[in-house]
Amino acid sequence: MTRTQTSHAAVVALLAVAVPMSAQVTSPPPLGAAPALTLPAVDTARLDNGLTILVSRNAEVPLVSGRLIIDGGARTAGAAPGLATFTASMLDEGAGGKDALGLAEAVDFLGATLRTSASWEEFSLSVSGPKRTFGEALGLLADVALRPAFAEADIARERDARQAQLVAAKDSPGQVASRVFARNVFPAGHPMHENLSGDSATTAALTAESVRAFWASVADPAKAVLILTGDVTAAEARRWAAAHFGDWPAPETAATKPAASTVASPPRPQTRVILVDKPGAPQSVVFIGAPGVDRESPDYAAISVMNTILGGSFSSRLNDILREQRGYSYGASSSYQWSPVPGPFVAASQVRTNVTDSSLAVFFREFERIRTEPVPADELERARNYNVLGALGDYETAAQVNGAIASALQFGHPLSRTADELAAMGRVTAAEVQAAAQQYLDPTRLTVVVVGDIATIRRGIEGLRLGPIEVQEF
Amino acid sequence: MRRILPLLLLAACGGGAPALSVSATVDTLDNGLTLIVHEDHSAPIVAVNVWYHVGSGSEKPGRTGFAHLFEHLMFMGSEHAPYPMFDRMLEGAGANNNGSTTTDRTNYYEYGPTSSLEVMLWLEADRMGWLLPTMDEAKVDAQRDIVKNERRQSYENQPYGKVGDIMPPLMYPAGHPYSWPVIGSMADLSAASLTDVQDFFRTWYAPNNASIVVAGDVTRAEVLALAEKYFRDIPRGPDITYPEPSQPQMARDTLVTTEDRVQMARLQYAWHTTRAWGDDDAALQVAAQILTGSKNSRLTKRLEYDDQSVVFVRAFPDHQKLAGDFSVTAQGKPGVALPTLQAAIDEELARLAADGPTAAEMEQAMNSMEASFLNAIQTVNGKANQLNSYYYETGEPDAFGRDLERTKAVTADDVRRVVEQYLLGPRAIVSVAPEGQPELHAVAREVTP
Repeated sequence: MTRTQTSHAAVVALLAVAVPMSAQVTSPPPLGAAPALTLPAVDTARLDNGLTILVSRNAEVPLVSGRLIIDGGARTAGAAPGLATFTASMLDEGAGGKDALGLAEAVDFLGATLRTSASWEEFSLSVSGPKRTFGEALGLLADVALRPAFAEADIARERDARQAQLVAAKDSPGQVASRVFARNVFPAGHPMHENLSGDSATTAALTAESVRAFWASVADPAKAVLILTGDVTAAEARRWAAAHFGDWPAPETAATKPAASTVASPPRPQTRVILVDKPGAPQSVVFIGAPGVDRESPDYAAISVMNTILGGSFSSRLNDILREQRGYSYGASSSYQWSPVPGPFVAASQVRTNVTDSSLAVFFREFERIRTEPVPADELERARNYNVLGALGDYETAAQVNGAIASALQFGHPLSRTADELAAMGRVTAAEVQAAAQQYLDPTRLTVVVVGDIATIRRGIEGLRLGPIEVQEF
Repeated sequence: MRRILPLLLLAACGGGAPALSVSATVDTLDNGLTLIVHEDHSAPIVAVNVWYHVGSGSEKPGRTGFAHLFEHLMFMGSEHAPYPMFDRMLEGAGANNNGSTTTDRTNYYEYGPTSSLEVMLWLEADRMGWLLPTMDEAKVDAQRDIVKNERRQSYENQPYGKVGDIMPPLMYPAGHPYSWPVIGSMADLSAASLTDVQDFFRTWYAPNNASIVVAGDVTRAEVLALAEKYFRDIPRGPDITYPEPSQPQMARDTLVTTEDRVQMARLQYAWHTTRAWGDDDAALQVAAQILTGSKNSRLTKRLEYDDQSVVFVRAFPDHQKLAGDFSVTAQGKPGVALPTLQAAIDEELARLAADGPTAAEMEQAMNSMEASFLNAIQTVNGKANQLNSYYYETGEPDAFGRDLERTKAVTADDVRRVVEQYLLGPRAIVSVAPEGQPELHAVAREVTP
């Protein structure tokens, strides 16, 4: 039986007073009216030393999420591969007169969590915890940022630990594929050619002296933003920031980071295949992609919706065909890695060894199809809604709001710009999806990496004639 | 030393009542379906979380992995929502969904804007009531292949993945519901038939064996009305016999050695303990925190900071519905032999069993664990699943406060005692060495209980 929306509303009203009804409801109910997206408001303040403070209040749960972003990261001029992430990992291994274990103890006592990391573009030092102790927790974050110990013994220990992690990465076919993909898509000289963790040689060269000098040059309040979200008022944020970061001096010699625009666009060579051998592997890890797109592209919305259709959701074409229809894989996806220096576009899956060639054929056929056939209206609407309505769940926790502000900040965007971008995604047309695929997804200029049992998979891959095949070691 | 959170969680603290609470209503439809509603009007989103009280522990002999395969089949369409409507409708509504299977239960959840609530409930109702009319061999075959791929990806093509196959039969005697891995064996997955699917559905996927939590920007009245509308005509299923709790004991150390294509050796210890909400599971949780919860925890400090012999060490207490165990996993750095790690771990456990944790260690662990309770109630999705979990384990969805209170009641001597009682005795040992380096393998002790 089919119900109109009117009679359906009447049934709900009746049910509310428990009037019996009969039989299952055989047609789907209509969607309710979508709630409006209200982006969290963000207050801005600045300390005399240049530190910017961004605050977004939501007192629902008595927790505060704090994050200190310092522009720089692995792209800092002169930073050796792996130095930025290693320095970030050393920040919480002793600071403010406490050793690594003493600092961990102090953080736990406050019921807080403290993390430090570096990306290509920035350092991110975060602390979250109960509002009641957050002033003290933020003090520990200031210790970590302003007074790290970088003791010789700690450096030696963590350097050794990193060497072991680099060895462990070689055992994981997924990590091998990811690293071989990056070093081939981005040529030597491009920052992303290197691994963020460096390699065993660069790790061996890390010293307390190099770490100290590096941090002294990048820890610059004028390049820093403190983001506080959750149960915190703008006045509290300013007071805490002034107390803990007010005397943060400018570095004697400040490091620089080249503008993203000065990084040469990577070449896009003819499609080629790189094989990494993993004898006896039951699955092949497949990475296919190319240098990505500038976040400021006027086609950002169209590219996002196009990718949702191609490989950005469960119902996307790549997952639907490789997993659901063919049973080649447990899952397949694609993504654009957006960052100021564009990361790659990558489509990836782990596929059964004996269907590696057939899986590659599916990827390339789908790249071609989204370029040549207009996307059907229902598929387009689903992808638009998945992005636009899905964003309603992105701002539930203090940590999510903090992350969203930081993510926009990376591109110099205010959080409020997100509303415009979502609105643009809601308007993307089939013609725009097709045009985006034609312009940005060129199947003749892709890098294919397969980590698997070469003896079994090579002949089939040769038969696809995708391009030259090369075997690399990792 | 300070206790932070009791002051922070305020609310109804009077009379010793638990301070932490996620208020929820419980209603039961005539067909036995339990409906739990938690209203949280802070964001325009809703989570629907369905638990069927069946997991791999209820599988028949020769059909290991079936409960999880069945979970996959629940997404293959039902009479009025033919495949692939389920995922497509939800994505078009801006919602995400997934499911998971453990030894004791199978869960399904959707999460998205409140405008998608009715669609979520209708889809869940249709597959609870009308899954079989459109189920066929082709669907079973398709998801069987996908689950086999999942097994390849998570176990066979994963460094150290084989430990997941080795541990269950090592810890639990043949026939115990926990004596095989949830993912099952390739042979048993191959054997699963359409008839198995029909039988399993009729036995376990009935409203009287399910509980649904709806959490978010909704009202109880609205949810009840929708639940009545969509679920009331699903007939009650047969009475169900659940597996009985059964906690095995181990008479002596049991060692399994295996090689893998890896470059570092890995050790896993496992001991029998107690089931969820048993007498000692809270103390064992605190013990795990004191062993590896922080950088200055006993095993972390010893192995990562003092000896610097491991890539990582982790303690994992696992208290399930029928039985519990406690494991410690340590991965040696390149060339480190596992007996070296065993000696250090054994020494630290013996020391903790003799002297117990210090007052400072207890305070640190408690504050950290209390913070975890608070962190866990930040999302409607997380709250919905935990409400279902507490309901299944205790009969009461809002056991947040009770759970926190019993954790806080654990004393230093409780921790000392459970380490002595459970973690000094016989254990299962799985030793994974790099191919060609058997000299790195762990060893078993001569221990009698």
